[in-house]
Amino acid sequence: MSTVLRSPGETIREEVVTLKHGAGGQAMRRLIADILAQGFAPGPPDGIGLAAMDDGAAIRVGERWLVVTTDSHVVHPVFFPGGDIGRLAVAGTVNDLAMMGATTPLALTCAVIVEEGFRRADLERIHRSMQETCDEAGATVVAGDTKVMGRGELDGIVINTTGIALADAIVPDAGLRPGDRVIVTGTIGDHGMALMAKRHVLALEGELRSDVAPLNRLIAAALAAAPGLVSAMKDPTRGGVASALHEMAEKSRVGVVLQEPALPVSSVVRSAAEMLGLDPLHIANEGKALLGVRPDAAGRVLAALRAQPLGRDAAVVGECIVEHAGRVILDTGIGRRLVSEVEGEPLPRIC
Amino acid sequence: MPETAVPSAVDELKFRDPAKARALAAALGKVTREVGHAPVSVMHVCGSHEQAIAKFGLRTILPKGLNVIMGPGCPVCVTDLPEVDEAVVLAQDGKIIASYGDMLKVPGTAQSLADAQALGGRIEVVYSAAQAVELARDTTDDVVFFASGFETTAVATAAVALGDVPPNFSILSAHKYIPPVMEIVAEMPDSRVEGFLAAGHAAAITGWKIFERFVEKHRVPVVVAGFEPLDILAGLVKLIELVRDGTPRVENMFPRCVTPDGNRNAQRQLWRVFRTQGGRWRGIAHVPNGNLRLRDEFAHLDARSRYPIDLRRLWTHAPSALTQVCICGEIMAGLNAPENCPLFGKECVPESPVGACMVSSEGTCKIWYQYGGHPEL
Repeated sequence: MSTVLRSPGETIREEVVTLKHGAGGQAMRRLIADILAQGFAPGPPDGIGLAAMDDGAAIRVGERWLVVTTDSHVVHPVFFPGGDIGRLAVAGTVNDLAMMGATTPLALTCAVIVEEGFRRADLERIHRSMQETCDEAGATVVAGDTKVMGRGELDGIVINTTGIALADAIVPDAGLRPGDRVIVTGTIGDHGMALMAKRHVLALEGELRSDVAPLNRLIAAALAAAPGLVSAMKDPTRGGVASALHEMAEKSRVGVVLQEPALPVSSVVRSAAEMLGLDPLHIANEGKALLGVRPDAAGRVLAALRAQPLGRDAAVVGECIVEHAGRVILDTGIGRRLVSEVEGEPLPRIC
Repeated sequence: MPETAVPSAVDELKFRDPAKARALAAALGKVTREVGHAPVSVMHVCGSHEQAIAKFGLRTILPKGLNVIMGPGCPVCVTDLPEVDEAVVLAQDGKIIASYGDMLKVPGTAQSLADAQALGGRIEVVYSAAQAVELARDTTDDVVFFASGFETTAVATAAVALGDVPPNFSILSAHKYIPPVMEIVAEMPDSRVEGFLAAGHAAAITGWKIFERFVEKHRVPVVVAGFEPLDILAGLVKLIELVRDGTPRVENMFPRCVTPDGNRNAQRQLWRVFRTQGGRWRGIAHVPNGNLRLRDEFAHLDARSRYPIDLRRLWTHAPSALTQVCICGEIMAGLNAPENCPLFGKECVPESPVGACMVSSEGTCKIWYQYGGHPEL
């Protein structure tokens, strides 16, 4: 009897990094925990460092917190309905700061790597878009770096942005408590679905638009409505609401019950998801946030969100429970089931 | 009115009404008790049924005395090792393999298509047979469409084969034909199946009358059902009524799509291009007439005729020992459940599946892994 425990396929799967490691799910979190977050000296005491694997880091500076976050952006296509890589690069980092409770960005840096042959006019268009998005967010770029690589050495353009901001209080993604309500700030799945439609030339393309937007002002309004009562925040980007909630539930050691009928999904995203056999919970957003809110503050936070243009479709979609810690349960209105995380990317990268 | 109407997504929403679903669940509980023994075991033979049951959380509202078994209804899962191996060898030989996404992670003897891709093979995910043809038009390299799925998707492959295709396009058929495997399951000595829920989309092609001979032979009822929650629940109520009354016959509970004779045009296309052939279904058995292969007159489109495919070069490695532990076959035959597999959720997870049931979005193990089977939630 053969004692071969592994086929060559299994070895391949373990020895190289594959696209699934970038899909925002468990595989990615494990890769980061196993390799990338290992071996650095611990961060500053009582702050939030790499080990927390939060949206960014928080370092205490006197009575306040300095929040730092960084994000590299690749997207195909570079220009898509509702936005482009420039808007994505600014909004993505501004939002990561905001998700830590830092809603007034002090400064951003921007590093651009461009493939030889990239159209100059496109670069100008991306740059304009970054400027406009900065204006919208009240942010600015203070330092940058530019590299050009040979044709074929990367796909068009990669933009990295790093952001810093000061905050009076930090909102971690691990702060959910039983009883907390879960609020989503608007319709889900718009960004990922718009990109898929564009790539696969779906008939619905005209109506689908990415939601990419800086959320810091919206989040500032929510935090101001109930100081200290927003317990956790996360933006459901890659992996969608499902991955973001899993991560929050795992880190907070609570179960989350989502009410499917309460989830805001635009009719065009719903149709496209049905057509492609996808779950809107798995689809990326770039202009939405998930908030955990103490039960008695949920009404106030919801009202504050809905008063803002970016939050007009906000809804209470779920509740945290003691049981089923680390799991996300969906009440479909008919029965209940577990919500899965995406495990790898069936389609090309979307953010 | 076309022979098969395709309802829009919005039309389907009325088949998801929670109040009606609860009423049907109550009716199902009542009729299940009236059968007079427990559990009552019925089988569906369609991954899309399991997908819908899981997606809408139906298992949490099914009566305790009803056992809805998942049959061999996932075409990806029953694709056999040698079929995957053929595609892997063609990829190694430099052909572009156009495949439905679900097939990429299905384990072969030595490699899956995803592994072949990681080693430099050119694998393209397509969403339709027509898209594979487009891919061939855009290149001068050879494109092999790894055609998988039951008769529903085989019809689409047939339509492509009957149309205008570029000379660099060929088909590697792994298509499967459902009716013969229902015979196999019904004849299994351990079979506890008292009725079958048949797949509405396949029946839209074949028509529901195709099941009459089966019912006559095996004396178990067959109900054709659609894929929305109310379709499935109503189909189950009807099926258990037939079990209770001891009146085996075919009932069509999906009349908005399924007719007695089906889509004759699609059937003509299907049988002009394909013939049935016996073959192994992974984990199940040799299924007489269970595979759909291209007819000789389409040999010019058949990758098996066009290219020498030497599988022996993959046999230098023994398949993983874990595959010997995998109980996918028993699960697909309805004799066992994923939770009883020692690998389930441990060595075997969607990221690195051991058995094919953990690969496909229609695979029983993957669905149970994703949606939690039927835990008390």
